[in-house]
Amino acid sequence: MKLMTCPINGTRPISEFAYWGEIRPAPDADTCSDDQWAEYVFHRNGAPGVKKEWWCHTPSNTWFIAERDTEKDKVLRTFLHGDDK
Amino acid sequence: MPWRLLRFGLSKSHPEPRMFTAHDKLKPSYDVVIIGGGGHGLASAYYLARDHGITNVAVLEKGYIGGGNTGRNTTIIRSNYLTPEGVKFYDKSVQLYQDLSTEFDLNLFYSTRGHFTLAHTDSAMRTMRWRAEVNKHYGIASEVVGPEEVKRQTPQIDLSCGGHAPIQGALYHAPGAVARHDAVAWGYGRGADMRGAEIHQQTAVTGIEVKGGKVVGVHTTKGFISTNKVICAVAGFTPRITDMVGFKTPIFVHPLQAMVSEPMKPWLDTILVSGSLHIYVSQSARGELVMGASLDPYEVQSTRSTLDFPEGLAAHLLDMFPFLSHSKVVRQWAGMADMTPDFAPIMGMTPVEGFYLDSGWGTWGFKATPVCGKTMAWTAVNDKPHELITGFSLDRFRNYSLTGEKGAASVGH
Repeated sequence: MKLMTCPINGTRPISEFAYWGEIRPAPDADTCSDDQWAEYVFHRNGAPGVKKEWWCHTPSNTWFIAERDTEKDKVLRTFLHGDDK
Repeated sequence: MPWRLLRFGLSKSHPEPRMFTAHDKLKPSYDVVIIGGGGHGLASAYYLARDHGITNVAVLEKGYIGGGNTGRNTTIIRSNYLTPEGVKFYDKSVQLYQDLSTEFDLNLFYSTRGHFTLAHTDSAMRTMRWRAEVNKHYGIASEVVGPEEVKRQTPQIDLSCGGHAPIQGALYHAPGAVARHDAVAWGYGRGADMRGAEIHQQTAVTGIEVKGGKVVGVHTTKGFISTNKVICAVAGFTPRITDMVGFKTPIFVHPLQAMVSEPMKPWLDTILVSGSLHIYVSQSARGELVMGASLDPYEVQSTRSTLDFPEGLAAHLLDMFPFLSHSKVVRQWAGMADMTPDFAPIMGMTPVEGFYLDSGWGTWGFKATPVCGKTMAWTAVNDKPHELITGFSLDRFRNYSLTGEKGAASVGH
């Protein structure tokens, strides 16, 4: 069984979690061009690497950030938004 | 015992030529370089040689041919898609497939089974009717049938699916087929090799040289090759290659897993798919049940499989066929699926001149192998997209004109 550590609820089976993709800064919708918006909506960094991703512990609806190596599928650390020091 | 086997017993060396020529060295330049020695790449090399007379071609394969998603899919071939672009494209592929064994003089075990996409809800029935109408409009054999037809062709099925997902009907696609996937890669490979294309296995691409917006060459683990045309057909490795060239795509990679049961006597004639139960199953020529499900729920760029996958898949299979409770799973594996936001592929021209993409094949690439080879060869030769692939261009995302094919994906991902 694969595991994930929620910063609030501790280590739980990964089936309790939902993955919401890599954190990507959103452009300002009022000022950006159509191309920039399309790039934000559709384009992804699909290559492997250590990525910061949104995850959610669904039973408690705890949203947090996981730093994960997507090639080795190894979670390096997890933390709540704003705790990235 | 056939007499020709004696030759193998009496000869000290292997008495027949190998399937492919092994080349020691790369040439300094090629007219076309194809990255990826899977079905799509080898088919591109085959049609470049056969249809266009271009034989100064190298196919570069990091591992061994057909060892990627070509050898990891569940071998289903069908054309009952949802969009006009998809239906026309996959129909051409099915037509090409039907003649391939003869063309290659190699038995692909192409077996037309009939393909049921089961619907367990009103909304699923609505999608089936939609697909059937689009399909019929383009001359594809595709119709909505009731549960009694499913039962007639597959008497072993529990139509109530354990009581919690009763089958209301199905989309029936008579030409649905399965084929030996390795043989497809080997057939295309041998055909390309015989016509003069070079297949280089154990040759990884390490960089792509672009000057003034044009491809000028490819760096490999066996040296540099200069070329003006590159076809990239690498499935789950696509983002790594496009990073080398320097442009972005919407592709993201999730593993897709599959498994087979122990071999049993033939009992399952049809191919069955259920979007609600997340399963597709057919019986291979060897008697194994070949089964797949939906994508793994998060991004991973490796081919490790997980234990919860066979557990979940087996539970759903037992909803349909309770009598299988004592049969065993003998193998499971994973492939890296290059997914796109609209479940249609990304093919053709790119922002870099001379660099052609055959990608975004996610979970639906095997059935398209012949038509991909044919259209990618045409596209590379004429430097404009073949008419069958204009709906699959990379530009469609920038223009917000997607080719929504999700409703025709075998299971809800």
